[in-house]
Amino acid sequence: MIKLEKLTKIFDSYGHQVMAANQIDMEVPSGEICVLLGPSGCGKTTTLKMINRIIHPTSGKVYINGEDTSKLCDTELRRRIGYVIQQIGLFPNMTIEDNICVVPDLLGWPKAQSRKRAKELLEMVALDPSVFLKRYPAQLSGGQQQRVGVIRALAADAPVMLMDEPFGAIDPINREIIQDEFLKMQQELNKTIMFVSHDIDEAVKMADKIAIFSQGELLQFDSPDRILANPINEFVENFVGADRAIKRLRLFTAADALVADATTSIGTEPVVSLQTSLTDASAMLYSSGAERLCCVDADNRIVGWLGHQQIAARLAQAPQASMEKEALSCQKAC
Amino acid sequence: MPKSLLNIAARTLLMAAVILLLAATMEEGTLDEMLYYMPDVLYLGGQHLELAAVSAGLALITAIPLGVILSRPACRRYAEYVMQFLNVGATIPTLALLAMSMSFLGIGFLPAAFGLYVITLLPITRNTYTGLCNVPNHLTEAARGMGMTAMQRLLRVELPNSLSVIFAGTRTAFSLNIGTVPIAYLIGGGGLGELVFMGIRLNDTPMMLSGAIATALLAVAVDLSLGLLSQITIPKGIRMSAGQA
Repeated sequence: MIKLEKLTKIFDSYGHQVMAANQIDMEVPSGEICVLLGPSGCGKTTTLKMINRIIHPTSGKVYINGEDTSKLCDTELRRRIGYVIQQIGLFPNMTIEDNICVVPDLLGWPKAQSRKRAKELLEMVALDPSVFLKRYPAQLSGGQQQRVGVIRALAADAPVMLMDEPFGAIDPINREIIQDEFLKMQQELNKTIMFVSHDIDEAVKMADKIAIFSQGELLQFDSPDRILANPINEFVENFVGADRAIKRLRLFTAADALVADATTSIGTEPVVSLQTSLTDASAMLYSSGAERLCCVDADNRIVGWLGHQQIAARLAQAPQASMEKEALSCQKAC
Repeated sequence: MPKSLLNIAARTLLMAAVILLLAATMEEGTLDEMLYYMPDVLYLGGQHLELAAVSAGLALITAIPLGVILSRPACRRYAEYVMQFLNVGATIPTLALLAMSMSFLGIGFLPAAFGLYVITLLPITRNTYTGLCNVPNHLTEAARGMGMTAMQRLLRVELPNSLSVIFAGTRTAFSLNIGTVPIAYLIGGGGLGELVFMGIRLNDTPMMLSGAIATALLAVAVDLSLGLLSQITIPKGIRMSAGQA
């Protein structure tokens, strides 16, 4: 869990006081990915870097798993937090193995243990350890370097990770692949992750929660669904884009809009699986010109169908209310 | 690695060929006359090397820590002032510098070594400072974010990644040093300058040449061995990324 309490940063630039982050209050539960989103200069990176004190906060507190981090010294705090930056920052003078083992070595792990860990991590991102352990960063492609950058942050098994536009410098095709790999890894690892991005599509794809920043203020902190369905003000609405309804489609699967009917006959309709996102499903509807899609489960059994109307109806449904709001409305009703 | 060794060998051969060509074009007998001074060349060459080694060695062990200190964030804003001061030291004509150090320290080995030391200091300090300042920001930020202390960052990230720039400065400084040693003769420092200046005064070309050529060969030899040393000490991964860029 990461909890920020009235976290504030005021930069002094040539006599002007610049408010980079104003009283940021946030809480990211364990195992969730929170994406900090906003235009450049909005304070998202400052907020992220105050957590591992690359930037020292002017005031406010950071708690990690309930522990007040202001009692830890900088180096101790940073060794407990995985850190990935956009430029990757692999050390060119070290082999991939030594790069991955930087934090374990700093923590004084036995050599055999840390080297074994490096091997496991490389296998996890499908890079053959016998080939890559002894290579240097200059011998790797951009995508491979970024994978190593991510597993290096995982090496000491820190429960919390900070990622500063980690996939920003990769071409769109590889970015999709690495994002998917990362989400798959996260399902097993269950890290608590803060992730800076300026790409709304990336945020919708990766995030459990999205925090939208503007001019040092945290405007809205909510699930992707609620941010897309109910932007809190005009700025957020403009930022998420006029096509926010279409972006929301990505958050649902065919299962969410299904009309259950096991007797649906397969005619000329395209067939989709239950896990197909509604974005892909609508694309298939439009490109095929069919009235409806036939939906099958993992064993290829027909379970039902969905059409334009079902998808539109799903979008029209209000997003699930947040827990606090539910509790609040309940109190009012009583 | 073998390629760069080959490269060095080729350059050495070329240098030798040029010198042989020079020797061949000289008047008949000049070479024999030059060889006559061989014992002097060896003795004075020893003095020459000693003077260079002491002054350059001292410069090396002061300039690198100085460059490191100046590049620390807390000192960076004073760095340019210190650099300007050293620049002034380097713009004073070598002869004037030696004359000044003679007026404080007398004549002989000590003032000569001191003058040479001052001349050698600037290029090494300047390159150490520049090299460390130019280590890419994202590397130092990654090192900081992973919890390295300032000393660990310096030793594991900053110095290895600026070594090629530091070596470049050191090679320039050492060549400059060896080439300047002959002037030290004027304040009684000894070295191959004795043959050069004596040769000029006595209008004895072979004598002058034997000193000058020996000095040039020494400078080349020192530069080549430093080049070789840099090949060995600069981390493999960095040479690779330099090759790619």
